Amino acid sequence: MAAAITLDRIIAVQAAYVRCIDSGELESWPDFFTDDCLYKVTTAENHKLGFEAGIIYADTKNMLIDRIVSLRQANIYEKQTYRHILGLPTILANGGNEVECETPFFVARIMHDGQTDVFATGRYLDTCRHAGNDLKFARKIVVCDSSRIDTLMAIPL
Amino acid sequence: MDAKTNNGATHSNSAPPNSTPAMEWPAGVLTRIPFWVYQSPELYAQEQHRVYEGPIWNYLCLECEVAKPGDYRTTFLGSMPVVVARDYDNEIYAFENRCAHRGALIALDGGGHARDFTCVYHAWNYDLKGNLKGVAFEDGVAGKGGMGKTFCRADHGPRKLRIAIFCGLVFGSLSDDVPPIEEYLGDEIARRIARVLHKPLVVIGRFTQMLPNNWKLYFENVKDTYHASLLHTFFTTFKINRLSQRGGLVIDESGGHHASFAMIDPTVTGGDYAQAGLRSENEDLTLTDKSLVAFEDEFHDGCSLQILTVFPGLVVQQIQNALAVRQVLPKGQHSTALNWTYIGFADDTPDLRRARLRQGNLAGPAGYVSMEDGAVGGFVQRGIAAAANERAVVEMGGGGTTNEGTRATEASVRGFWKAYRANMGI
Repeated sequence: MAAAITLDRIIAVQAAYVRCIDSGELESWPDFFTDDCLYKVTTAENHKLGFEAGIIYADTKNMLIDRIVSLRQANIYEKQTYRHILGLPTILANGGNEVECETPFFVARIMHDGQTDVFATGRYLDTCRHAGNDLKFARKIVVCDSSRIDTLMAIPL
Repeated sequence: MDAKTNNGATHSNSAPPNSTPAMEWPAGVLTRIPFWVYQSPELYAQEQHRVYEGPIWNYLCLECEVAKPGDYRTTFLGSMPVVVARDYDNEIYAFENRCAHRGALIALDGGGHARDFTCVYHAWNYDLKGNLKGVAFEDGVAGKGGMGKTFCRADHGPRKLRIAIFCGLVFGSLSDDVPPIEEYLGDEIARRIARVLHKPLVVIGRFTQMLPNNWKLYFENVKDTYHASLLHTFFTTFKINRLSQRGGLVIDESGGHHASFAMIDPTVTGGDYAQAGLRSENEDLTLTDKSLVAFEDEFHDGCSLQILTVFPGLVVQQIQNALAVRQVLPKGQHSTALNWTYIGFADDTPDLRRARLRQGNLAGPAGYVSMEDGAVGGFVQRGIAAAANERAVVEMGGGGTTNEGTRATEASVRGFWKAYRANMGI
């Protein structure tokens, strides 16, 4: 039987997830998700009103893979990186094999010329699931606090 | 006597080095666009009066966003804040979001439900039509104070807009001279809006993308069929929009509205790009999840893409089954708010709705085929920083502004400038 999903395991997977993005290892990013995952980037207003659409909406892991292929090979955007700063996760529900949790984030975007801005703040609403010895995201709803996106969103949150 | 600098140069007959360059633009020229049109504060101020408050229809919101009596949304007519509300007579009204007293906003949030509006500053009260109904302490307190005897509430109130509703789109105008909406749009543009927005709509998402550029650069970009398959490689690689694909371009008589469209043609392979050695050609790129671009021909006409603009700031988007309206709002000379409203139909099947959500990845701030548009206007704005009197070249497809059977043209961009110059009187 898999080990219980504890707060320290959730913290570890969240830390690994943002480290993957911030270090530019985007090809590894989809591996944090289950095959049948739902990944959505939305805003607090949309979330509150129950609007289904996302700025990014993927309901298969393959769609996440495709997004990275597109970012690497098709899309044009100025060189940029993110720095995620995470707050402490709160466990909302623990069903044994699955845990629902909420984790606040702060993301700075650093452009190639050095300009650094607050790009997004918000919270991850996650469902973490056992996958072998790992935890994977069966669901990650990225709820940005602001309704505005500056210029474009290339790299995922 | 001429003023002399310490190196002896004479400046008496030339402009001082920091003067504003002359804003020149020969009449009727649409193939050269002087860059000061994206920079001038004076022009920006004139646009409010001559374009947004002129004889045009401004897109305000969707009818379904003010579905019930008491529902309201706040938006903008250019820079002017506006309240759009449905009153209990079931009619939609719009008025300037500015209290007649001291000018404060009447409604502070993005929308909601109200029986009336009360300005927070001194509690002046308005009905859903924008009529001033109550003035706090109008008769004074204990016989003292109060408004002057000649004060009449009916003489005071925010400016009211004329309203037109077309296919669930709510338009507003401050002009008494604006033609009826169908006439304003013209037959072909009206028909192409009606083709998409043909039954009751629902909002499925709302996002604002802040663009680091003048509003005109974005509106031109949407009209620019030339760039679409060159800048956006996702499109071309997956054969959604090649210049060799069957499609076309429609421009209305004013030049201000356009529709570009593409028809389903899965047999086309792209030789044009390979021969030209362009970046767009990348036959190796394949989707792992090909269902993303599985198109359901829900309009039963084989048209898989239609991008339509209505002067001065509305875009109606059909990219496969991803439907949206975009509102382009100026936020200063160098800043634009692009308000995306993702829509579906009230009677969508679960499968069709899922297709819209998935294909929503194609457009929007993170869209596979549109994220570049969020940045490219900024590239122009930064590039022209010291080039106010230099000019853009808009000559692809000649100098005309009429409908063409190809999208390898900038006719609709020239059409925009034709309408813009006519409205601005420049």
